[in-house]
Amino acid sequence: MSLRLREVARSFGGVKAVDGASFEVAPGEVHGLIGPNGAGKTTLLNLISGLLQPTSGTIELQGRRIDKLPSNRIAALGVSRTFQNIRLFPELSALGNVVVGLHLKRQGLIWQRLLALPAPRREALQAEATARALLARVGMQAREADAAKNLSYGEQRRVEIARALAADPRVLLLDEPTAGMNRPEAAAIGELVRAVAREGRAVLLIEHNVPLVMKLCDRITVLNFGKVIARGTPAEVARDPQVIAAYLGDEEAA
Amino acid sequence: MRDLFLAYQSLFAYVGINALLALSVYATLSCGQLSLANAGFMAIGAYTGALLTLHTGTSWPLVLVASALLPALVAVPLGLPVLRLRGVFLAIATIGFGEVVRLFFVNWSFANGALGLVAIPQRASLWLIWVCVGAALWVFARLRGSKTGLALQAIREDETAARSMGIDTTSHKLAMLSLGAGLAGLAGALEAHLTFMVSPAGFGFGRVVEMLVQAVVGGASIFFGPLLGAAFLTTLPEILRELSARTGLQPGAFRQMLNGLVLLAVILYLPNGLASLPARLRERKAVK
Repeated sequence: MSLRLREVARSFGGVKAVDGASFEVAPGEVHGLIGPNGAGKTTLLNLISGLLQPTSGTIELQGRRIDKLPSNRIAALGVSRTFQNIRLFPELSALGNVVVGLHLKRQGLIWQRLLALPAPRREALQAEATARALLARVGMQAREADAAKNLSYGEQRRVEIARALAADPRVLLLDEPTAGMNRPEAAAIGELVRAVAREGRAVLLIEHNVPLVMKLCDRITVLNFGKVIARGTPAEVARDPQVIAAYLGDEEAA
Repeated sequence: MRDLFLAYQSLFAYVGINALLALSVYATLSCGQLSLANAGFMAIGAYTGALLTLHTGTSWPLVLVASALLPALVAVPLGLPVLRLRGVFLAIATIGFGEVVRLFFVNWSFANGALGLVAIPQRASLWLIWVCVGAALWVFARLRGSKTGLALQAIREDETAARSMGIDTTSHKLAMLSLGAGLAGLAGALEAHLTFMVSPAGFGFGRVVEMLVQAVVGGASIFFGPLLGAAFLTTLPEILRELSARTGLQPGAFRQMLNGLVLLAVILYLPNGLASLPARLRERKAVK
């Protein structure tokens, strides 16, 4: 199992944002995390990636506990993510952002660089070529030189996915990757997510686009008020009366 | 030309020392940290150098190495707790460190307390100062665009995202604080061996503000910005002195006022510093 959460809880003051969540994500699986606004989905992603520590419960990555580690260590163990509110480096180019994503994969060569030896230059060109290939994968190769802040919302989301993939993660956490995208764009991201899972990576996906989630995910965990109210295949979840009441019911009514 | 050079030799020396100091502030600014401990680091370097020269037979190159190394080492135990702080809190904590260092030297009778040390032999030649500036610029130039340089820029732009990319933000910030401390200490030792003296009064809060202003006016987003800022702000009073002498206008208060006005104009019209002037001019041309 790539990622295993056991009774994970996190409270802010008296508010239980996540209240005893347990689930697992296997390699090659696309796992959907859905639930109404404020259900605790993003908090859960922050707990897994180490931006927050759980109040109780354990998070394991390939059998190893990661819930007390700082976020850079968790990233080094193979967990990569995107952010709901997009956190690209605004002044860096699209390419530069993806090259930063390669940080863990790159050699330092700082002393060679200070001595102006040729090895670091070659290494940097290689990193750029890798980053370029990743940008092509998300369809952003034409905009590589543009500063991230000058890209449109959808384009920024795609660059952020490329940046997360650059770390060659075992577990990829995506927080609303298709928000702000039109239907063909969202479908393209869906294809990409499937392809990423086929490479043997575990994908945990928060998504509000319900038809997309139903089509894309192998399994779904539904959160409401910080608690897991249902889990299973898309078909099972869609039949669950609690889910229909809490979440899908609203969608159908709308 | 030669006469001009000789007449302003000490001015060129001060431009170099101020450039080192502005670069020492730039080191931490380059990863988004506003640390104002550098007058304290400078004091540690200056006293280390002066005491070694006055009381031991240490050779001059070793004196310089020790003066850079000691503050760089002191920066580590200081940085571990205070670099957890962000923004204005880090600034306040590091100002506190600077004051503690200054007050330590005021009360240290072995180093003559508030009077400081005098009769330090003059060993800092102009070319040596500029070799140091050149070396510092080389390091920052080589960092630019490297893996480490990109990591620093990422930390400056979004520390949380940088950590999520696996960048060890703490050790990067600590390394830059230590590098800046080393540069400030080096500048302190050079200054002590240029002006024959050190005293705690030279390392007050005003000194670090001076470094910061030079770094920012020159441009804190590119490595040569601090050099431009130091050159500009160190020579400006001299230029204004010449101007007021030649035009027959009253010197004194008038000159200081003009100094302030020029500073204000640079900050208002070139918020990214003097280094951004060429880009700014190109932009204006393009608009027209």
